[in-house]
Amino acid sequence: METLLGLDYNVWWFLVFGAVISGYAILDGFDLGAGALHLLLKKETSRRIALNAIGPVWDGNEVWLVIGGGVLFAGFPVAYAAIFSAFYVPFMIFLVGLIWRAVAIEFRSKEPGTTWRLTWDVVYSFSCIVIALSLGLMLGNVALGIPLNAEHEFAGDWLSFFNPFSIMIAITTLALFMMHGAIFLAMKTENRLYIKLNILAKNFAIFFVISLGVSSLYTLLYIPHLSDRIRSNPAYFIIPLIMFLAIANIPRLLQRGKFRYAFLCSAITIAALLATVSLEVFPNLLYATNDTRNSITIHNGASSLKTMKTLLIIAAIGTPLVATYTTFVFWTFKGKVKLDEMSY
Amino acid sequence: METEILARIQFAFTIAFHYIYPPMSIGLGLILVIMEGLYLKTGNKVYEQMTRFWIRIFALIFGIGVATGIIMEFEFGTNWATYSKYVGDIFGSALAAEGIFAFALESGFLGILLFGWKRVSPRVHFFSTLMVFLGSAFSAVWIVVANSWQQTPAGFHIVGEGLDARAEVTDFWTMVFNPSSMERLTHVWIGAILAGAFLVLSVNAYYIKKKKFLEIAIPAFKISLVVATLFSIAQFFAGSISAEGVAVNQPAKLATLEGHYDSSSVADMYMFGWVNQQEQKVYGVKIPGGLSFLVHKDFKTPVTGLNAFKTDERPVQVNAVFQVYHIMIAIGMAMIALTIFASYRWWRGKLFETKWLMTIFVWSVLLPQIANQAGWFAAEMGRQPWVVYGLLRTSNALSKTVSANQIVFSLVLFTLVYTTLLILFLYLLNKKIVHGPVDYDEKDAIEEGSRGENPLLNH
Ligand code: HDD
Ligand code: HEM
Ligand code: HEM
Repeated sequence: METLLGLDYNVWWFLVFGAVISGYAILDGFDLGAGALHLLLKKETSRRIALNAIGPVWDGNEVWLVIGGGVLFAGFPVAYAAIFSAFYVPFMIFLVGLIWRAVAIEFRSKEPGTTWRLTWDVVYSFSCIVIALSLGLMLGNVALGIPLNAEHEFAGDWLSFFNPFSIMIAITTLALFMMHGAIFLAMKTENRLYIKLNILAKNFAIFFVISLGVSSLYTLLYIPHLSDRIRSNPAYFIIPLIMFLAIANIPRLLQRGKFRYAFLCSAITIAALLATVSLEVFPNLLYATNDTRNSITIHNGASSLKTMKTLLIIAAIGTPLVATYTTFVFWTFKGKVKLDEMSY
Repeated sequence: METEILARIQFAFTIAFHYIYPPMSIGLGLILVIMEGLYLKTGNKVYEQMTRFWIRIFALIFGIGVATGIIMEFEFGTNWATYSKYVGDIFGSALAAEGIFAFALESGFLGILLFGWKRVSPRVHFFSTLMVFLGSAFSAVWIVVANSWQQTPAGFHIVGEGLDARAEVTDFWTMVFNPSSMERLTHVWIGAILAGAFLVLSVNAYYIKKKKFLEIAIPAFKISLVVATLFSIAQFFAGSISAEGVAVNQPAKLATLEGHYDSSSVADMYMFGWVNQQEQKVYGVKIPGGLSFLVHKDFKTPVTGLNAFKTDERPVQVNAVFQVYHIMIAIGMAMIALTIFASYRWWRGKLFETKWLMTIFVWSVLLPQIANQAGWFAAEMGRQPWVVYGLLRTSNALSKTVSANQIVFSLVLFTLVYTTLLILFLYLLNKKIVHGPVDYDEKDAIEEGSRGENPLLNH
């Protein structure tokens, strides 16, 4: 087995995939959260400010999902094939959600009528909620594992995806995104709207902590294969610990108006949550609940060594580029939102 | 079988719908670079207005392009799981590279393009426009490379057998520069530029006909006419090079394109016609020996016909492939004739007096759209029954676990969503066109503006 800095290429590629997915969750997470709470903002100007806060960046954020799809396809084609054909129905719903979100953002401002705008507000908010829930549902099922046959294909019924654990993860994801989105919006707004978003952020933080607590407890009690690794080595507790410290800090930081740090903390929360899940499933990509020999791992699901090497080079060239212009765009639109005639 | 047909219909439908928008974005991107470049150079308000107008339309097109593209990215996994495993090594790398190099570039700078007019300097804004254009042009690169690899696989070896068989890259650059990728990429790019140029031509021809916004419509028409003329002519050559490539790499496809069955006879090239699949004959208007000439540079040498291939190794829908291919070529010729004629009238100073010509231009936006779609249908149906040419059959490429019902569910869902999208798109596009390229508060500035300084305005 060839290695790079002591880790074999499959592990590297697993880390790249994890990093891209965390990037997606952190970046598009605040767009989705802002969308999910959109209807809680009552005034037309508030809604416009909220939309324009994410306006210049949401599309770039969504690209992380596209990159994630490519990375999975390239690095672990077996997992790509199994996951998307197994989650056919929820995934299609997720995709349709993405379509409507994009369209609603683009179309809402194109007409002044109140009915037109209200319709798109509702479409927008609901599609964000649907996206967050279906994403969480799929994440829950991937963590839990699904039945797979010897060819690594799904061997179950898709109705089983609606199990209690996955539903809890779905709700947790929604709560997390809403907290994250509210903090982002607070960062971009002033005056009354700012105060309102502060309160919302705190409420969603509480909502998130409760649902996370419930899911964690459930995991520890009923799903041994998701808690063995952490229980076996106390050193791993550091990751959930970081997560809890980050969450605990959020209300205090908001109180003091340090919303940038609060945003950083909620980003850390997301990353740590995904890191915990990855740590538990590793080296599986998709755990087979019926027979562990059928599980798709980072080894039996991988593409060739040659491809992984090439891709790592591509990533090494591409990542700094993407980071540079992402920073440039965020920097251009830094500070509070001001509406002008080019705004949504 | 049933799932195969459904999956193919779904793929064709979703990709064909996606392919309405990206070509317009790519082409419009180029035109925006030209317009904004002229603004930067001359400081003329007219160019500023037209740039800003087309940026707004760009945003609309782009939005739908992105929304429908995301579906495509995952459809390989959902519907073609076996295929995904087989080609993951190759195809996945292309998609990943596309995301990192193209989409990220495009979507990142799009924010500045749309919202940055007041926030950044004109130079930085122009730079962003350029990056968005380059990003959208790069988007075509990797996906067309991947598709070309399916048509003419290279730089790989097969590992495993039966259900576990899959292609592995042995040489990355041979894979990228497979025998058909560069010529097809050129052809696709030019097709995209034409889609954008004719969109601009069409909208401005409408204004000119209605005698509205002439200050802006006339120079915009001229800019896009130049682009359209040059690239229509270029497309003829790019297409011919593609056809020569097909003759070498995919003889069964070539025979299908012209409905040529009998290997021992000289092959003709048709202007238009009808293939009688029973009699294995084509009725139509032809250049005798034309195909022989294309392949062998000689009108007399026979060309390999369809009958030289096993019946299960050649396309079934010969007439359909024949028709779409000939529609594309007819349109290509029509576009050359139309743009050259219009340029001639411009040279004689009579371009905008011919009303019927403007009417044709209003409808001309459909030409590249139809040709683009027809071209892909010819290329993809002519490749059947293979999904990876000569290696993997379409019928073996499916997701085994997805049932016909699930595909029907998603097909119905997409049909509903896409129909609504198309209606909304046309509605909003129409509104923007009716509103016109002028911001109301700036109308006067243009009216009294720099008529004399703008050479394009002196017609
Ligand atoms: C890189 C991949 C790729 C790209 C860029 C395209 N296609 Fe394709 N196409 C496929 C990869 C593919 C495929 C996955 O390989 C399919 C699915 C089943 C098959 O045989 O090939 C296919 C099938 C397929 C079919 C069905 C053919 C049949 O069933 O006989 C049509 C009509 C198209 N495509 C049309 C298009 C259009 C209009 C495109 C314009 C963008 C396009 N394709 C781009
Ligand atoms: C099956 C093949 C294809 C897949 C999987 C695919 C995938 C995608 C995805 C995921 C996006 C959204 C990216 C974002 O979020 O910004 C997208 C947009 C885009 N695609 Fe495709 N695409 C396919 C075919 C094509 C082809 C053939 C072309 C051009 C020749 C093309 C050109 C573009 C462009 C320019 C965009 C940006 C949106 C726009 O400009 O409208 N795509 N595509
Ligand atoms: C003028 C004469 C033209 C000729 C001789 C020609 C020739 C061809 C050939 C032989 C193919 C099949 C290539 C393959 O299967 O690998 C093709 C495909 C295609 N054509 Fe054309 N074409 C012409 C005009 C046009 C025009 C005007 C457009 C659009 C504006 C267009 C758009 C396309 C597209 C999008 C494809 C599919 C992509 C590809 O396979 O390259 N073509 N063309």
